[in-house]
Amino acid sequence: MRALCWVAADELAVREVPDPELRNERDVIVRVRRSATCGGDLPLLAGRDPLLRTGDVLGAEFLGEVVEVGPGVRRHRTGDRVVVGTSVACGGCWYCRQGLHSCCDNAHADPASVDPDWGRSDAGCFGRPRAAGGFAGGHAEYVRVPYADVGAFRVPDAVDDDRALFAADAAPTGWLAAELGAVRPGDVVAIWGAGAVGQLTARAAVLRGASRVLVVDRHEDRLRMAERHSGAEPLDYRRTDVAAELRDRSGGRGPDVCVVAVGAPPPDRFGGRSADRPDARREAVHACRKGGVVVVLGAADGFVDAFPLGTVTDRRLTLRGARRPDLRDVPMLLDRMARDELCTEHLATHRLPLEHGPQGYELFRDRADGCVRAVFTP
Amino acid sequence: MGRLARAGPALGSAALTGAVRLLLVPRWRGRTGADSDPAAPARWEVVTVDRPPEQVLPDGRWPEPLRRLDGAVEVRVRAAPGDRGTELAARPLAGATPPAGLAAHLVGDDPGLLVRRTLRQVKQRVEAGEVLRADRSALDRPEVHG
Ligand SMILES: [Zn+2]
Ligand SMILES: [Zn+2]
Repeated sequence: MRALCWVAADELAVREVPDPELRNERDVIVRVRRSATCGGDLPLLAGRDPLLRTGDVLGAEFLGEVVEVGPGVRRHRTGDRVVVGTSVACGGCWYCRQGLHSCCDNAHADPASVDPDWGRSDAGCFGRPRAAGGFAGGHAEYVRVPYADVGAFRVPDAVDDDRALFAADAAPTGWLAAELGAVRPGDVVAIWGAGAVGQLTARAAVLRGASRVLVVDRHEDRLRMAERHSGAEPLDYRRTDVAAELRDRSGGRGPDVCVVAVGAPPPDRFGGRSADRPDARREAVHACRKGGVVVVLGAADGFVDAFPLGTVTDRRLTLRGARRPDLRDVPMLLDRMARDELCTEHLATHRLPLEHGPQGYELFRDRADGCVRAVFTP
Repeated sequence: MGRLARAGPALGSAALTGAVRLLLVPRWRGRTGADSDPAAPARWEVVTVDRPPEQVLPDGRWPEPLRRLDGAVEVRVRAAPGDRGTELAARPLAGATPPAGLAAHLVGDDPGLLVRRTLRQVKQRVEAGEVLRADRSALDRPEVHG
């Protein structure tokens, strides 16, 4: 089959690779109909994951049709149209049973070999093949889906592929951010980053009853999109004093909930830690009202210096984080999609054949041509 | 404290009764073993399995694939606090001869690695019903080696 493979830093190629096969009883094989670029792929693309190997198949988010079913699978049959959550999770460990699938104990194919903190490996993830987790991604014609009863979800007929694709990751991440922020009716919510996750966080906040949602970014097209599709108020940080605006628009209190959804830091050519990136985090902490909640999403830089911890204690802030969503919200989000409460297809700004995967990632990485997400069809 | 299931795959039902009784004993003494002293007993490796002890050790027998390490490791079991299932611990037995084929793994730089892997597999089998295998990648497949 054909698949979009990582070749080297900043180099991808569509190559012929062997078809995936059922490897465990609870696996299914999915024929991919759509796959999307994901912010979590950018550090991989840049060559910042030492475990990635030439030939590894990328793609954390995808949707398709079940074509093969392992003997241990209960909920799926050949022909099912499914969206697959980015996290590979067993459904049976303590974390999964609490709904914390992204913390699953049993979904890294060889945790002891790669993880000195062997009891603390997180869930598996598609598009992190071989040593980086064990599971090839969805930028391919076919994908193997382990624990398919837990991570693959039948898509309601009323929801088309372009919409349902975002139930794999961006929509549940946005929903999780609003939930971690405990967004309540009447809240003022501020979100840094107007990418797909930031926009869907805004939409989740609106659906949970927030009275005012503000989105901070520097890309006009993204801000306009957030305004049009989620009812958020755009703040272009190049032109406005964000701190002052947030204070003004929250009656001088500061937002009740501040979400940082700025994605992975850009590749740092000089080997140091990205110095410019924590700004959004500092700004969020400084802006938040007393007793408010700051939620930080995404692949973090590991360590962030000059983090305003004093403000967290002075103002009794709650700081919460998540890198990847759990699977528990996916069916609810698909239902909302079926009722047109949650529309996501506008986020797919670029639709390309899989052959154009390398160009799609370039657009996505550089935010060029108004690209929010590139979606590939094999 | 916690003398349970020392060497020997079959505990038998009497032993299991003993096991269950011993589970009520509070924590075993903290970490044993010192990295710098080769004569000291090896460090315990411990995993929490989110199922009651009778599911982790059905019929009082060591679960597969732990059984394969019989004679090479000692095992301890106790109920985890807060209804979190079972704490299953194992460590290489000092002076024991590991089963053929496993010896190298038990005397390498990290003798705990095989024990950890084995405990991990026990946990996966009990909690998820199977030991998850990685995808085969192009590089693993003889047919595409050039
Ligand atoms: Zn994603
Ligand atoms: Zn799990």
